[in-house]
Amino acid sequence: MKEVKLFLGPQHPGMHGNYSVQMYVDGDIVKKARPTPGFLHRGFEKLMERRLWMGNLALIPRICVVEPDINEMVYAQGIEMLAKVEIPEKAHWIRMMILEMARLAIHIMGLGGIGGPTGLYTLTYWAIAQRDLILDLFEEITGARVYHMYIVPGGVRKQLPDGILEKLSELLDELEVKIPEYRELGLKHPIIHKRLKDNIMLPEDVVWEVGITGIGMRSATNKEYDLRKVQPYARYDQVEFDVPVANYSDALTRVNIKYKEIFQSIRILRQVIEKMPKEGEVRTKISTGSALRWKVPAGMVYSAIESSRGEYGYFIVSDGKEMPYRIAVRGASYPQGLLGIEKYLVDCRIDDASLWMDTMGVCSPEIDR
Amino acid sequence: MNERKSFFAPVKAWKYLLKKPVTIKKEDVFDNPREASDQYRGFHQNDWDKCIGCGTCASICPTNAISMVEIASLKIEDGKKNERPALDYGRCSFCALCVDICVSDSLKMTKEYVHLSKDIDSFYFIPDINGIHNTQEKQGYVRDETSELLDLERVKMAHEDVSRKNSFIEIVKGYSMEMALAESARCVECGICTATCPAHMNIPEYIRSIYENDLKGAVTHLYKTNPLSNVCGRICTHLCEGACSLAVRGEAISIRWLKRYIVDNTPIEDYEEAVLSFVTEPVNGKVGIVGSGPSGLSAAYYLRTLGYEVDVYEKRAIPGGVISYGGPEYRLPEASVQKDIGMIKKTGVNFITNTKVGTDITLEQLKEKYDAVFLGIGFSLSRPLNIPGSDHKNVEYAIPLLAETRDYLRGSSKMPDVHEKVVVIGGGNVAFDVARTLLRLQIEKYGKVNVAMASLENRDILPADLEELEEGEEEGIIGSFGYGPEEIVVENNKIVGLKVNKVISIFDEDKRFNPKYDKTDSYVIEATQVYISTGQMPEYDMITDDMKEKMEIVRGKIITGEYGQVENLPWLFAGGDIVRGPDIINGVANGHDSAYGIDLYLQSKNK
Ligand code: SF4
Ligand code: SF4
Ligand code: SF4
Repeated sequence: MKEVKLFLGPQHPGMHGNYSVQMYVDGDIVKKARPTPGFLHRGFEKLMERRLWMGNLALIPRICVVEPDINEMVYAQGIEMLAKVEIPEKAHWIRMMILEMARLAIHIMGLGGIGGPTGLYTLTYWAIAQRDLILDLFEEITGARVYHMYIVPGGVRKQLPDGILEKLSELLDELEVKIPEYRELGLKHPIIHKRLKDNIMLPEDVVWEVGITGIGMRSATNKEYDLRKVQPYARYDQVEFDVPVANYSDALTRVNIKYKEIFQSIRILRQVIEKMPKEGEVRTKISTGSALRWKVPAGMVYSAIESSRGEYGYFIVSDGKEMPYRIAVRGASYPQGLLGIEKYLVDCRIDDASLWMDTMGVCSPEIDR
Repeated sequence: MNERKSFFAPVKAWKYLLKKPVTIKKEDVFDNPREASDQYRGFHQNDWDKCIGCGTCASICPTNAISMVEIASLKIEDGKKNERPALDYGRCSFCALCVDICVSDSLKMTKEYVHLSKDIDSFYFIPDINGIHNTQEKQGYVRDETSELLDLERVKMAHEDVSRKNSFIEIVKGYSMEMALAESARCVECGICTATCPAHMNIPEYIRSIYENDLKGAVTHLYKTNPLSNVCGRICTHLCEGACSLAVRGEAISIRWLKRYIVDNTPIEDYEEAVLSFVTEPVNGKVGIVGSGPSGLSAAYYLRTLGYEVDVYEKRAIPGGVISYGGPEYRLPEASVQKDIGMIKKTGVNFITNTKVGTDITLEQLKEKYDAVFLGIGFSLSRPLNIPGSDHKNVEYAIPLLAETRDYLRGSSKMPDVHEKVVVIGGGNVAFDVARTLLRLQIEKYGKVNVAMASLENRDILPADLEELEEGEEEGIIGSFGYGPEEIVVENNKIVGLKVNKVISIFDEDKRFNPKYDKTDSYVIEATQVYISTGQMPEYDMITDDMKEKMEIVRGKIITGEYGQVENLPWLFAGGDIVRGPDIINGVANGHDSAYGIDLYLQSKNK
């Protein structure tokens, strides 16, 4: 039978962002897959070299739309490493809170996201509604719903508004009731099982071969490799949480781990509410002068944190001037989203391609940058 | 690890069929929109009364969404431009960095987040206090201490402690490189200071050069408008700092000390190269300059750089006028003055010293000898004070004392005759110069201080800088500020003191100088010598009556055209104190402008 070439994306409801995979299919089996990045290439790395250290803050959250805060964190952390500044204690806790809220938001969306390719849209609608409640809190804390620009070099941009911890606590109560319903509706659903179980496998050797981190790695290798644990930043060393792992990575396992991680995030946030210092500064200066003339000492640094998709990092080079000399982004989904697709989407069914994207954790803007 | 599948579990979701949807209804999106949070970063609003048009918001904007637009109806004042930021919402990313850096706190954001229009131009607008949809009350994101992006505190300058009074050592120590870099990093490069500086110096440019550690470039910027940067870097009246944007919410940039940092720290070869780089090929034309004070020196330098042959006439032995014979050594060290003058000499300006125009050579002769003449003679006479006893031989004046002291410190004259108990009349900076010079001489001669001051103005309205008052008192000056002199009390032909009365008011209803005293609050300040420092005036003895008739002199000042040209006497130009009143930087500015004027004049003549 003749091979047919099909496009998944850049305009496709099952695609994550303006990304494209060209699939050569035989029947409904993918025989060859060619990722076609570039639709979302906005030249972030180059743009960063032309913007002030502070000005970049308006740019970088856009590298990953659904989980923007990780960009702010790696960036700020890297600058603080170069400038050798210690940020106030409270800022560490606020950062951890922001990052976990962001993780909750994207995990809930990711969990609901499998509703799309499987036809269980209720799950997706629920997830969007729930995520909005988190965005409401973000709006109150940072002044914006999606691009927060809140974690800044030297700490965070503003003190927390009054009463926000109580509101967060209430939201967590609500999520703790609501999220188990996802399990009832989604994770136990026979159709979901049919689609995800023993399907879209990620063998351990592929993890090592292409360098997959995050849930992908943890689901396939039984390794508790989570930067929050192995290389703690913010105050992750002062809170208790587990890192769910498995040694059999089918799509269902990965979704299950995501589900469990949601509760670990809730657990961390509860501890943050309890342990965060009530008083104190939240920002120090990283440089003298006005933000137009901040300088970061010359040097280079690799700053990395755990994103919802794995290790997310910036390699930052400063030549001591007002703008970065070079910043390279390690998008967490680069291995699975680019190399993984080319090599291992082969032999999947057409309709599983979207599930690959979803359960492997692929964020196309961070691949394109 | 994984959940078991269950046929019935999903059915539980059906309960939501009976619940209210969480989605906002379509009608509500427009008619009853959800109120955003209190810190929401929505459309901007800008309080025009507070905004100074500095453009700092535009400089930080990472998306170039802000352009500064000239508003004709706004006045340009010191510290204010007639521009306001215009926002392009096709670009804005709502990051609010512009709000966080606004120097005046005028720029804020509102909670307004919906703007729908078919008119593309409506997405480009100049916000005022009402915001985009009359949303003044819906204030959202504002700057606070934590989100501040300016550095409001200046780098403190180190001063010599009070033991400084034992000598004429320079009081202000100057910035180190580290301090200067930190201070220069505070500047937002708005250029508001440039407009206020009488010489319109390229202030943001030279501050940027410091920030980039390019001192040679900085000297180049300085010499574009000011060849007396060593002097001005020390004793300029720094009007620019009063206008600096940073002063709206914090402390102005130390513009003066940064200038001094440049001149003190640039390697001399670089310095010289920068200064001489302006000198061009010789051109036809000879200019005579009367007086080698700031305006004369400035005119001489710029004329030389234009290629003219320049002769400067100075009545004293050393050129410089007020900078060589006025400012006290502890503010203006000899070496700095000589550096400025030396550089000007190096450009090829010819100085003819010990030659008083009017006596040794007449203005008429200069007119014959040169193609144009610049008059920069300054206010070289002390204004006399006529009160009983002021004709006593122990009544002295400010200018001769300051000049003699400079000569004494150079080793070319004996120490001025200072008594053990003196009183200085006056409350300006020069009066403090006199008092503080006297006390230093007293320490040298008698080992102790006894200097009193009396001025009409009380502490609150003292014309002198606060710094002078504080430092002077620290050094031991006893001030009777707000007490006007009535008479110098003379007994047996010897001064015994100065009688003063409390001042009730200095000016009358018509704002005319007419002090009123409360004679019940009166006392005698003991002293055997009185110094008068109540102002200076010009000496126009070289100007012939014939010329005087042709020119206009209003209250001691010569009226000139824009570039210093004296009306009806096209060959004569004037500048400095005699045109704008005493201030060194005014002189520098006039000298620069007159050089331009003379160049225009000579070019038109040569045609
Ligand atoms: S909010 Fe940000 S992008 Fe918009 S005008 Fe201000 S600085 Fe520029
Ligand atoms: S920074 Fe503030 S004061 Fe300056 S132009 Fe912008 S809005 Fe006006
Ligand atoms: S010195 Fe002040 S007024 Fe001048 S450019 Fe810098 S910030 Fe603006």
